[in-house]
Amino acid sequence: MKTVFHAKIVVTLRKSILDPQGKAVEHGIHALGYDNVNELRIGKFVELNVDARDRQEAERICREVGARLLANPVMEDFTVSIEEVTHV
Amino acid sequence: MRSKIKFAVVVFPGSNCDRDAFNAVERIMEQEARFVWHKDTDLGDPDVVILPGGFSYGDYLRCGAIARFSPVMKEVVRFANHGGVVLGICNGFQILTEAGLLPGALLRNESLRFVCMDTFVRVERSDTIFTESCKPGEVLKIPVAHGDGNYYTDEEGLKRLEDNGQILFRYCSAQGKIIAEANPNGSVASIAGIVNTAGNVMGLMPHPERAVDPVLGRIDGRKIFGSLIHSLVRKDNESFSVHS
Repeated sequence: MKTVFHAKIVVTLRKSILDPQGKAVEHGIHALGYDNVNELRIGKFVELNVDARDRQEAERICREVGARLLANPVMEDFTVSIEEVTHV
Repeated sequence: MRSKIKFAVVVFPGSNCDRDAFNAVERIMEQEARFVWHKDTDLGDPDVVILPGGFSYGDYLRCGAIARFSPVMKEVVRFANHGGVVLGICNGFQILTEAGLLPGALLRNESLRFVCMDTFVRVERSDTIFTESCKPGEVLKIPVAHGDGNYYTDEEGLKRLEDNGQILFRYCSAQGKIIAEANPNGSVASIAGIVNTAGNVMGLMPHPERAVDPVLGRIDGRKIFGSLIHSLVRKDNESFSVHS
């Protein structure tokens, strides 16, 4: 049976790398008066469907795609979460 | 013996400095040039491949991230791995790092602004095929135009670049001083251009092809193309005298 997994992948700059865009937005939030907001980082959000035998295979494929294309390991990290499952 | 060096200028969808590069090597430097479409799988036996500046694939995902999967890039990687000379300018530099032909990555400019202006770069090594017409420490005036030119590598990576002498150009003042104010994008160690360890693949953010025609008021980019042409012609002559 084919299963469709819906995955969400979040790509962020590595913690050690300065995120000037995040800093600028954080300043904007402070300008609105929210002094209690900090450590803001901006990243990319990717969602996709993947046909796989099981959740593990779906996750493996997403990790491969993440490492080979969606994120550049020199400067970025990424997380994968398998969100929904639809049996077809 | 051959009198002209053959350049192949790769054209990706979104390249916009391909004609400038073609013009620089063909009309100004008086060599042979041809365009190679990104879907082509035949480079046409060039001496030098140029990956030009621009916004290949709209800079979607990351600059150069999609271009590196273009069919032509397999051939460019093969060409480079066999010692072929590859010059990546601006977006071309980004593509070379994405393809793994050069180390590191190019991040968003620290200022978050697109920078379009003349920069000065100091020639850190004049004993490479890309810089042999320059004097050591010579200062070249070459313009930049980019939003993502902030060269990044971690400490270990930087040490490797320095130990191997891979840094060819650093942003500097008009007098050749490496100062923060002369660094247009926040690049680590003011790096403007690097070469691979084998010495045949070079990437730089400044645009030498925009600094070749006296009509436009700057000609220092000629030194880079001139270095390449001299070194390749010399190599050709050497192998000619060996085989004849």
